[in-house]
Amino acid sequence: MSGGSGGGSGGGGPSLMDSLFQRTLDDLIKGIRLHTPGAAQSSFISKSVDEIRREIKSTDLQTKSTALQKLTYLHSLHGFDMSWAAFHAVELTSSPSFAHKKTGYLAASLSFRPSTEVLLLLTNQLRKDLSSTNQHEVSLALECLSVICTADFARDLTPDIFTLLTSSKNFIRKKSIACLLMIFSQYPDAVRVCFKRLVENLESTDNAQTLAATVGVFCELASKEPRTYLPLAPEFYRILVDSRNNWVLIKVLKIFAKLAKLEPRLAKKVVEPICDHMKRSEAKSLVFECVRTIVSSFYEYEFAVKLAVSKIKEFLLDTDLNLKYLGLQGLLLVAPNHLWAVLENKEVVIKSLSDVDRNIRLEALRLVMSMVSDDNVNEICRVLIGYALKSDPEFCNEILRSMLSTCSRNVYEIINDFDWYVSLLGEMARIPHCQNGEEIEYQLIDIGMRVKDVRPELVRVARDLLIDPALLGNPFIHRILSAAAWVSGEYVWFSKNPFEIMEALLQPRTNLLSPSIRALYIHSVFKVLSFCLHSFLLPHKPATSSSSKLVDEPDFTYSESEEEANVDLATTSSSLSKKNAFTRESMVNMLALVLTSLSPLAESHDVEIQERVRNVLGLAQLAQEEISCDLDNKEKIIDGVALKTSNLIRLINDALSEDLGPVSSSAQERVPIPDGLLLEDNLGKLDTICADVQLPISESFSLVKPVLTDVDSVSIRQNEESSETSAAESTSLLSEHRKRHGIFYLPSDNNQNASTSFPPANDPNERDNDVEDLVRLTEESLVLKRKSNLSRPRPVVVKLDEGDRLPITRAKTESNDDLISGAVRDVLLGDENSPPAPAPHSKVEKSEIGDSSRRKSKHRKEKKHQNVEESKQKSGGRHGRHKARQRADEGINVAVQIQKPVIPDFLL
Amino acid sequence: MGIRFILMVNKQGQTRLAQYYEYLTLEERRALEGEIVRKCLARNEQQCSFIEHRNYKIVYRRYASLFFLVGVDNEENELAILEFIHLLVETMDRHFGNVCELDIMFHLEKAHFMLEEMVMNGCIVETSKTNILAPIQLMDKAS
Repeated sequence: MSGGSGGGSGGGGPSLMDSLFQRTLDDLIKGIRLHTPGAAQSSFISKSVDEIRREIKSTDLQTKSTALQKLTYLHSLHGFDMSWAAFHAVELTSSPSFAHKKTGYLAASLSFRPSTEVLLLLTNQLRKDLSSTNQHEVSLALECLSVICTADFARDLTPDIFTLLTSSKNFIRKKSIACLLMIFSQYPDAVRVCFKRLVENLESTDNAQTLAATVGVFCELASKEPRTYLPLAPEFYRILVDSRNNWVLIKVLKIFAKLAKLEPRLAKKVVEPICDHMKRSEAKSLVFECVRTIVSSFYEYEFAVKLAVSKIKEFLLDTDLNLKYLGLQGLLLVAPNHLWAVLENKEVVIKSLSDVDRNIRLEALRLVMSMVSDDNVNEICRVLIGYALKSDPEFCNEILRSMLSTCSRNVYEIINDFDWYVSLLGEMARIPHCQNGEEIEYQLIDIGMRVKDVRPELVRVARDLLIDPALLGNPFIHRILSAAAWVSGEYVWFSKNPFEIMEALLQPRTNLLSPSIRALYIHSVFKVLSFCLHSFLLPHKPATSSSSKLVDEPDFTYSESEEEANVDLATTSSSLSKKNAFTRESMVNMLALVLTSLSPLAESHDVEIQERVRNVLGLAQLAQEEISCDLDNKEKIIDGVALKTSNLIRLINDALSEDLGPVSSSAQERVPIPDGLLLEDNLGKLDTICADVQLPISESFSLVKPVLTDVDSVSIRQNEESSETSAAESTSLLSEHRKRHGIFYLPSDNNQNASTSFPPANDPNERDNDVEDLVRLTEESLVLKRKSNLSRPRPVVVKLDEGDRLPITRAKTESNDDLISGAVRDVLLGDENSPPAPAPHSKVEKSEIGDSSRRKSKHRKEKKHQNVEESKQKSGGRHGRHKARQRADEGINVAVQIQKPVIPDFLL
Repeated sequence: MGIRFILMVNKQGQTRLAQYYEYLTLEERRALEGEIVRKCLARNEQQCSFIEHRNYKIVYRRYASLFFLVGVDNEENELAILEFIHLLVETMDRHFGNVCELDIMFHLEKAHFMLEEMVMNGCIVETSKTNILAPIQLMDKAS
């Protein structure tokens, strides 16, 4: 009963009963397991947390410790916030009992964050424990510090760590070394104090664990700024040759992978021992590390690469899937420099494309893509599309994505035949699982703008996509359709039959599109309409003439009669279908179609649609007046009103046929800032106003890319729903459409690719021998012969002067790493300045340091700074003592240090 | 930093131990664990033990009902991490005697203690089972 009252007392302090009948951690865990996950469990847990809140305030350390233990458990495994208990954790760390201290430190290291308020309270306790005579207490403090270290901790505790670095107990020494990494990253100045002792530990061979920890630290440091650690190469070399500890060797190999790239003479020296390890070692991890090191940093050494590739082959053929995966990864690293290695193993690679493991398939795919060159891109893509059709949706899209990114690399570097590529993009759009609409959309438009010669084919592909009403039912390719619509509008004069495009753009199923894409459709209607009107009313020129010509020739003979005009058109136009295209009747029909289809949309709720529809309707009505009055009275054809209308249409058409080019992403930076424009003006208030307005992602082509907003996605979802619900309706619509517009449907058996004669990418007959195909292809293409005569010359691809599509904003990373390496350089090169170097090394030194006089002078400056700091530190009593000892050590070190600044001769 | 986090997760996807070597908020941890665990549980014995996730490589291994997952950065040697996982399990085996999920649940503090002996700052610092267990045995004796 008193237990009950204790529970009821709520926010008050812990009662005696709480302490006596406290649940242990075991009880808590059992309790959690007893309750079924869900409401019961969470109510039990929150009840327990209430208990803990009371218990943790207890003055009895045992009760407090148990409460904290429970809380840590809930925090770590059930994600409960325990920041409120930070103070109690600090309190427990000062307990005389080791068990309590341990609980306190564990809670601290699991839950503290840099912003924890009581963090600084821990400083003194940490210092006390770091200098404890009990090595386990020291270890607790070191472990905690290595997790929660902040700049303040690092600054305050560096002297203590410095002392521990020479501890006679390996147990402590290795931990203080491992802790250094965190200290350095938080407080780079600690490098000046501790670095020498760290190097000393590198030289100690007595204890494997200390060495492992030291090498681990150097591996991390060198991965950030390798050049700084070149002078230590002899030490690493010794470890590479002497050590028999695989963990250490792996780390040293990682260091050499970085260093060898900087110093070719070093590479020459270490490549042999690495090969020895590769040949001798039984441990696969070490062998693989050797392989990785060789193929990524020592690829110039033919014999080493051959050995590495033979090891990769063993991995690939191993039954262990992990080794196979790593073998593929290794192959991927070899590929850029030694494609023959991929060729040698291509059968494994290509078989891996249909492995059960998705990760292995992905690696294989990457490898296949690495084999792609401008000679074989057509064939490989054709086979890959076959694979894509067979694969599960996820991998299918992965294939498509890597094809798209490989082909578009460096502004479509490997594409010679753009007509083929554009038709491939069209094929991709028709793959049922295709979810790469956005990228395909981008590329269709991008190619249209960059490559003039491909536009006729592009328009043909776009037409094929637009006239297929079935495609409108798949929301994933709406983006592609929007590109197709834009292309059809923008380059309409390449179209064989603009009327057909018009009908496609206005087909009823376009109501499945999202408003932004629909608006684009309607704008394309506007372009097509104005083009047709222009061709009809001002028909003396061939329709295919380029836009600039249209602008340049002002003296059009407008007064010719319509019949003559048509004859004129027929003689000039190369296209057969255009002969009878622009008759009065067809124009009247087209205008009627436009008016009937779009009139209902004039009241659309979407402003974008509404506005564009009104534009189109305005033009259509204007034209209708002109054409009908034309019909009424042929003689009045040259009356003032009509002339005005025609002029207007001409103007519109000229404006629309202005060529759009690609825009560099940095174009805006080059625009001079006009006078009186205040860019620096404070817009702080704007932020608060716009805080809850989600800004759309900016795109490089704002004209073209519909901005995808929340509304957009919602409506897509709605479309999906509606298309599901009205599935039956849409199929009936579809069949009706097929009946009416039968000619627009592509016959399924023979593709009408007569003009281009590309083999269809997904021809079912060819799929069976994919593997053989690809094997054969890669073989052919990898025999490095260039095709002697390309069937047609590569068209001009417009490139901007700087890297296209690459985000230029590379964040400048001025970080602690630079500070660390700066300090390391000071320490390493520091002694080389003061005492004269011994004769045998002086020459090498010059060649090594000669190029870095700037660095030296800078470091001299810093050295001064360091002296100031040293004198400052001397004033602090405890610190001064360490300093003094360090200087005593220096005497011994000088001999070693002198040799260190440069790589001694034995390596060169 | 080689190792970024170590997770032990059971077949039902419940986390049994979580040790991070870089700071993540509780929400980030929960999201990360959820995503990784979902990915790993979906894989079977015929698939390799490595997955890529965000900017991590995950090396995992299943022992009976328990998954051991180690998140490492891209530089790390996968096979060495597999060996590390095995070493961890062997060490626990030696201490608990055929370790099981419940041992880790009820001795979470000890499990963390072992990890702390083996890994500091994401670097492996101790690989001898005897050395790893020495402090724990000392503690057991004392209590």
